[in-house]
Amino acid sequence: MPVNKQAIGKTYDPVVYAVGREKIKEYARAVGETNPLHLDVDAAREAGYADVVAPPMFAVVYSAPAVGPPIFDPEIELNFAMMVHGSQEFQWGPVVVAGDEITTTASVKDISEADGRGYYVFESISINQRGEQVCRGTWTNIVRGV
Amino acid sequence: MADLKSAEQIPQLSITPDKYLTNRYAGASGDFNPIHIDEEFARAVGLPGRILHGLWTMAQVARAQTEAAGGPAHLKRLSVQFRGMGVPEQEIVVSGTVREVGDGRAVVDTVAEQAGKQIIRNAEAELEL
Repeated sequence: MPVNKQAIGKTYDPVVYAVGREKIKEYARAVGETNPLHLDVDAAREAGYADVVAPPMFAVVYSAPAVGPPIFDPEIELNFAMMVHGSQEFQWGPVVVAGDEITTTASVKDISEADGRGYYVFESISINQRGEQVCRGTWTNIVRGV
Repeated sequence: MADLKSAEQIPQLSITPDKYLTNRYAGASGDFNPIHIDEEFARAVGLPGRILHGLWTMAQVARAQTEAAGGPAHLKRLSVQFRGMGVPEQEIVVSGTVREVGDGRAVVDTVAEQAGKQIIRNAEAELEL
């Protein structure tokens, strides 16, 4: 069955994520961060930040609510049971700190097929409350047996 | 700030995810896919057991860069390819080599290995120096 490419270019509703201090600390501990900028609000303020700083890969937390819907969009017909995460890219702008509100918009960048595999590429653009782009994510999922 | 030079290695990062790491990361990230937290489910879908979240392993690749460069603000871009599967309770080693330095930026080629196999390959990081 060929992959359905109709949805290429489709954009989803933006999702707002309010970044919490304890969530940053929980995430930082789970990934083994020891830099006090992520864990200690006093250290972060001494370094000139308004609050604890999110590790760059915290992008997965604030973008997740926006990138979930395309994966489960019936129009895309992505077979989730056969999906693996093939590759990932993030490009970062200014750092995210606790108290920021991040708005992420996801879109379907590409859908293609090669050697019986479907390649589904989603893009997420995340903007902070000052309108600065804090992250662009490119999420490539591979579905076996299309 | 680290002084990175072309062809030099960044400091190696080693970490052994403990038995309950995937549960903590699931809570921290919101990714509760049962292949990461349910041994029986993982086996039922043909995996050797619970596997690590690929994005947790990518976070280790990111951490190797931010520690080498002197903090989170220095990492401007990271792309990775996921290969194979990481598992809990075995050491992961992240190693990177500076490919080029110029215009205040460095590009670092990085891999993450576990038990001699690359679980992240072709990772490319761009650091602002």
